[in-house]
Amino acid sequence: MAALCESFTLCGLGPSGGVGLGGGLLALEPGPDPDHVLLTDRGRTATLFKVSDQKPLGCWSVKHGQIITCPVVCNFETHEYIAVHDDKVLRIWKNKDINLDKVFKATLSADVYRIHSLPNGGPVVLFKGGGVRTLDVLLEAPQQEIENVISDEVIKWSEAFMEGQQPVLIFTTEKDGDFFVYVQKLKMNSLHKYKLEQQELSKPLSFTAYIKNQIITLLCLYSNDSMYKVLIPLQQNTEEEEQILSKSLLLNLSVSGSVLKGTSFVVLDKDHVAVLGSLAASGEESKECLTIWNTKFQTLQTSKELPLGTSGQLWCYEEKFFFTHGKVLTVIMYKCETSSLAAAVGKLKDSQTPDVSSFVNWNTLGDEDLMVSFQSQQSVALKSESKMTLRSKRNTVAKVQPDTLSVGQLLLNLKDASTTAFEDELRQLMSKAQMPDFQATIGCVITALINRCKTNPKYYPRNFLLQIVQTRDLSYSLCPDLMAVALEKKDVHLLQICLQRFPDIPEEITYACLKVFLSISEAYLQRIDINLESVICYIDIEFNNKEVKTEIVENGFNAELEQDIWDTKITKKTHLTSDGEFCPVGPQKAALLNAVLHSAYSETFLLPHLKNLPAQQAVLFLRYLYYLYVKCSEKINTTLPGIRSPTINQIMDWMCLLLDAQFTVMVMLPDAKELLSNLHKFVRAQVRFYSELNKIEGSLRELQRLNHQKDPQTYSIEVLELI
Amino acid sequence: MGEFEVHRVRFFGLVPAGVRCLACQPRGGRLALARTDGAVEVYNFAANYFQEKVIPGHETRSVEALCWAAGDRLFGAGLSGDITEYDLALLCAARSVDGCGGPIWSMAANSSGTLLAIGCEDGSVKLFQVVPGGIQFERNLDRRKGRILCLSWHPSDTHIAAGSIDFLRVFDVCSGQTVQRIMVNYHVLKVRRECIVWSIAFLSNGTIVTSDSFGRVQFWDWQRGTLMESHTVSTSAVLSLAVSEEEDSIVVGTSTGATYQFQLLPVKMGSLEKRWVRTKPFQHHTHDVRAVAHSSTALISGGLDAQLVIRPLMEKVQKKGYDAALRKFTFPHRRLVSCARKARLLLFQFSQHLELWRLGSTDETGKDGEVLPLCRMPEHLVQLKSKGPEHIYCSCVSPCGSWIAYSTASRFHLYRVQYEGDGVSIKKVPKVPKLLLPAYQLQFSSDSGSLFVASARGSVHVLQLLEPGGCKHLHTFRPPSGSSEAVYLLASSADGHWLAAVGGDWAIHIYDMKCFKVGAGAGGMTPTSLPPWGAGCQWVQRIGPLPVSHCCIPRAGLGMGLWEEMGGGHRWPRLLPSACCPPALQHHSTVPMYNCAVTALAIHPITNNLVIAYSDQQLFEFSIPEKQYTAWSRMVQNCGLHRVWLERDSPITHITFNPKNPSHILLHDTYMFCVLDKSLPLPDNSALLMNQSTLKQLPETARQRQLHAFKICKKFQPLLYADLLDENCLVMVERPIMDIKTQLPLPIQQKKFGT
Repeated sequence: MAALCESFTLCGLGPSGGVGLGGGLLALEPGPDPDHVLLTDRGRTATLFKVSDQKPLGCWSVKHGQIITCPVVCNFETHEYIAVHDDKVLRIWKNKDINLDKVFKATLSADVYRIHSLPNGGPVVLFKGGGVRTLDVLLEAPQQEIENVISDEVIKWSEAFMEGQQPVLIFTTEKDGDFFVYVQKLKMNSLHKYKLEQQELSKPLSFTAYIKNQIITLLCLYSNDSMYKVLIPLQQNTEEEEQILSKSLLLNLSVSGSVLKGTSFVVLDKDHVAVLGSLAASGEESKECLTIWNTKFQTLQTSKELPLGTSGQLWCYEEKFFFTHGKVLTVIMYKCETSSLAAAVGKLKDSQTPDVSSFVNWNTLGDEDLMVSFQSQQSVALKSESKMTLRSKRNTVAKVQPDTLSVGQLLLNLKDASTTAFEDELRQLMSKAQMPDFQATIGCVITALINRCKTNPKYYPRNFLLQIVQTRDLSYSLCPDLMAVALEKKDVHLLQICLQRFPDIPEEITYACLKVFLSISEAYLQRIDINLESVICYIDIEFNNKEVKTEIVENGFNAELEQDIWDTKITKKTHLTSDGEFCPVGPQKAALLNAVLHSAYSETFLLPHLKNLPAQQAVLFLRYLYYLYVKCSEKINTTLPGIRSPTINQIMDWMCLLLDAQFTVMVMLPDAKELLSNLHKFVRAQVRFYSELNKIEGSLRELQRLNHQKDPQTYSIEVLELI
Repeated sequence: MGEFEVHRVRFFGLVPAGVRCLACQPRGGRLALARTDGAVEVYNFAANYFQEKVIPGHETRSVEALCWAAGDRLFGAGLSGDITEYDLALLCAARSVDGCGGPIWSMAANSSGTLLAIGCEDGSVKLFQVVPGGIQFERNLDRRKGRILCLSWHPSDTHIAAGSIDFLRVFDVCSGQTVQRIMVNYHVLKVRRECIVWSIAFLSNGTIVTSDSFGRVQFWDWQRGTLMESHTVSTSAVLSLAVSEEEDSIVVGTSTGATYQFQLLPVKMGSLEKRWVRTKPFQHHTHDVRAVAHSSTALISGGLDAQLVIRPLMEKVQKKGYDAALRKFTFPHRRLVSCARKARLLLFQFSQHLELWRLGSTDETGKDGEVLPLCRMPEHLVQLKSKGPEHIYCSCVSPCGSWIAYSTASRFHLYRVQYEGDGVSIKKVPKVPKLLLPAYQLQFSSDSGSLFVASARGSVHVLQLLEPGGCKHLHTFRPPSGSSEAVYLLASSADGHWLAAVGGDWAIHIYDMKCFKVGAGAGGMTPTSLPPWGAGCQWVQRIGPLPVSHCCIPRAGLGMGLWEEMGGGHRWPRLLPSACCPPALQHHSTVPMYNCAVTALAIHPITNNLVIAYSDQQLFEFSIPEKQYTAWSRMVQNCGLHRVWLERDSPITHITFNPKNPSHILLHDTYMFCVLDKSLPLPDNSALLMNQSTLKQLPETARQRQLHAFKICKKFQPLLYADLLDENCLVMVERPIMDIKTQLPLPIQQKKFGT
């Protein structure tokens, strides 16, 4: 969950740096070292700040009458500062310089729009006419001719990146409501021009971009309160005339009726953006606020009201936001954690979800949705081939839809393939590297498999299904038909695994499993491979549990406790003999029943189903539960040994539930009579035993108290007998 | 087996001093501990946390900080302003250097152990270089106002973090300048209270961890000076803090007696991002936890309630055993009580005085568990106050009760006690021989005729006690191969023939005392020409029927001269030819080395078998005359002792015997008293070790099959001393923890639910 931390003031602003559009600062740029920023105001001054200290480290001004027209940047390689004043005059100075009049000066032949400083690439100068030069080239001949690329378009925004070893500059221009995007690769001296897809009734207000895997992602904030994403490939060598860039909706800045009129925004990580703007609910006065949005789940993560107003500018460096608030420059730290659905809705519990490998994107789940989106995408794909190739090259981060698309497509294609080819393809698909929507993909795969099973009754890929269920974190809702088919095929092993692994099996299915398990013959089960780890420790093999001591010896060993164990062992042994000695079911069946006992259920929903259980099966099941109960009670800690063995509470709950459901039948059935009377006797003995223990408790406590009371004497002669 | 009349003594008013600081030896298996009275103790992890060395305290030498440097050298510093190096072989403060900055609050050694940094009252941090034979002032770091309460070196030794009141500072060691100053009370609004940084740790990634008087544990980025994390663990101060060597775990101690562990854990399973999480709270102490340490397998804390608690980290412990149990040490692993068996007196040793008590008596007899009516109450006879600031190293009362001896670091005192009816008169023996002091252990011979003084370099002095109140130095035993360590345990045989001594190197040397009674010559014999060997009395007595008082060998090869006592003060000189002289070797034998500390030893009065208890709870029996382990001892080693016996957590501190029943060995530790009957079979692991209560319920006939060698009684706890007064009369000295607690200042009041 993203969160905004405490804010603090970096500095106050002069009269020009106030609130409102047109006010504010010229820019804020990163300083030469971490934790430093360079602030350029709209007048004559640039200031270097150490953020954590909240103090200025240096301040430089140009002469009266001059005005800084381009934000001061720092050359990270030489630790020099570069500024342009009066559009054409370039100044370069170092930290120790004080007077800007006396530093290096070069007058250029054209107006500078901005200088971008890149960590490893040196500064790049963008002229207002669209010409681009690196600073080194420019300084060799300051008066060199600068071409005009964009004729009468106006640059709205620019940004520079390093792609491999070469600087890349992107800028957007506007002319008569049309927006253009230029991408300039400096080393290759190539310039691409794109036209931004038109949007009716709204126009872009603000841009930001990032580069990843050779693709520039340009995000645009439009005046219709939406954020759009545009992908621009770098690897395009075809010299086409003015391609049109299509955009896709990334985020709608509205939250329960109120709309955020964004003015500027920054990208925080792959799922989060921060937007500065004014939030206007219908009928209410709008208020300015800083917000963080999750683009994956389209949710507003956090917001902070800024009652004193802002200049509409927002910067973000080193996990800190910078913006003007009232008459000061405010810094807010933020935290942004990787997003999951749970986090997005505020329900993340770290401890409980360690083994959920990835979230499920619900949008891509349904089969029909998939088809629809596939078809619509297909038509788009037909329109421009180049985009399809582009998409398949994209990195894992940005390809949520296309991936399922390819899965969907694949599954469609495979619909009529031969069985072996079908399975091979699916296996290949599964062996692919982890994708963000892998769960969803697996769901689709299983659905496809099950559909095939349904259409072809002879087809049942037992091992393949087993492998998928065992190796992936699935849930019932992800593949609802799987268990139904397994029930139909009586694949008890798969059912056992499903019962152990799925957290959300409906009671109806649990009951169906129970019924199948009880009805299936022991002879049949013996031939089947079933996981016996839950029963192996207590069935038929006498478990030697003499060393149950788990307490730690502390400060001289605890004699009393040891003797207690010894005593109770003796009493227990005499107590329990005749009943529940032998397991009424074989180990395979017991293991299957244990899986049922372990599954989650709700009594209200299970009870009606249990009423339908045939009488003989109900008695058998009760007999097994009785056996477990006796086994449990044998141990001093009333737990059965082994992995996934049922707990005493589960046993008791199921026993009560079964008796509730089958009460009338049990009373009438002669077979059940003896069992019930034994059970009754056993429970009665237990109740008595515990009530006796309760009675002694008071006496023991009294004894202990007496023991303490006689202590205070400082001297006594006592008799001690050692035997 | 039988019934004992037990004198249950609870009037030994010992209040152990609180634990002030702890220091784990880096990459070593030792823990140094300093108490509020200035005593310094060393515990050995490998020897089951045995309290290996004790340097008694000193009134003017408070220790505020301890640290190990240059491997195994131990330094302490305190409010006296001195830095003291401790000599761990001689068990004393070796040398002191004035820090010249007023009282010293903190000290830390750099990772290589070559430099010591001290934090002083005047706000200065000074560096001292550790050089062979001492330390040498190197330089001052940037001095500002405010006492330096805690210090920590960055593991790379380039920076030092120092905590003070309201702020902490970071020094660059090279330049000596303050490179960062962080206010710690920045976020506490309105209330203007001082925030004391009690403890500080500098992690290798540049994080500084502080604990302060507001109950917070905070993590700072020192370069930016920003607070990264803050955990409020307590409403009262967090006094101490220690980091594990891997820097993935921190233990803190608070003034409410609680300790907490912090662990650096991944935010999610498998995630690379890690965060400090408060994981385990413990409440083992009732008072301030002034010191904590973090060994590789355990959290160690020491409090003003005098307890040292060692809480093992179960995830770091491989198997269930000695290491896996929680240890609490409140009492020293030495005896502070000595008993005059014949006179039924008890001598209690306090830090600066001794108390002599006479036991009460009864005429009645009774059955098991009965308390007998007293016909005479116990009586406090004498209180002996030690003069001067030094604390007492050791003390002893002779079996007849007429001699009391004790030693401090620089002085040895011997007193003659006379009992006239109900009155007691005590007289100091004026001229005691000049010995190499301090004495680490004192032991009177069973006939009260001589005193054995354990001394430095493995030596044992033998003093002869003379009536009516004098003594003289007879001889000094030294191990044949030499030793640098002090002797800390002594045992003499009842017949006066053998003496066993254990030094800090854990070697047990046995000396033959019948071979040294070559006294200083009287009359015409020259005492200066005594060779290092001599004739034994017994041997001489075989020559003639008369007792021999003095003998001497005038010149090698000439034989031996001696005086025969004729009675009535007359003596008869005799000269024996050299051929008749016995082979006079003082050193008899050495018990085979065993790789663990000896916690107690005693020589059987009849068989002259030496019984040895080691800190790993093993028991050995060594026959002195035969110079080998006895058959029983070999059998014990073959069968192995009972698992529960080996898992006990406190060492055997005293062994004694029942002369009427030679097969019995009586031993005790803090939590049990045991009679070991060698004639019975050893219990195997399936048998119940503590079977006394079971046996009592069985009929006489059925008991025989259940009997085994260990007869253990846990009725008396915590047991400081147990001894056999006569055949069926025992004395047990207990010190109930509750009695100590009532002597301590009130702990911080904590609101408990429902009160």
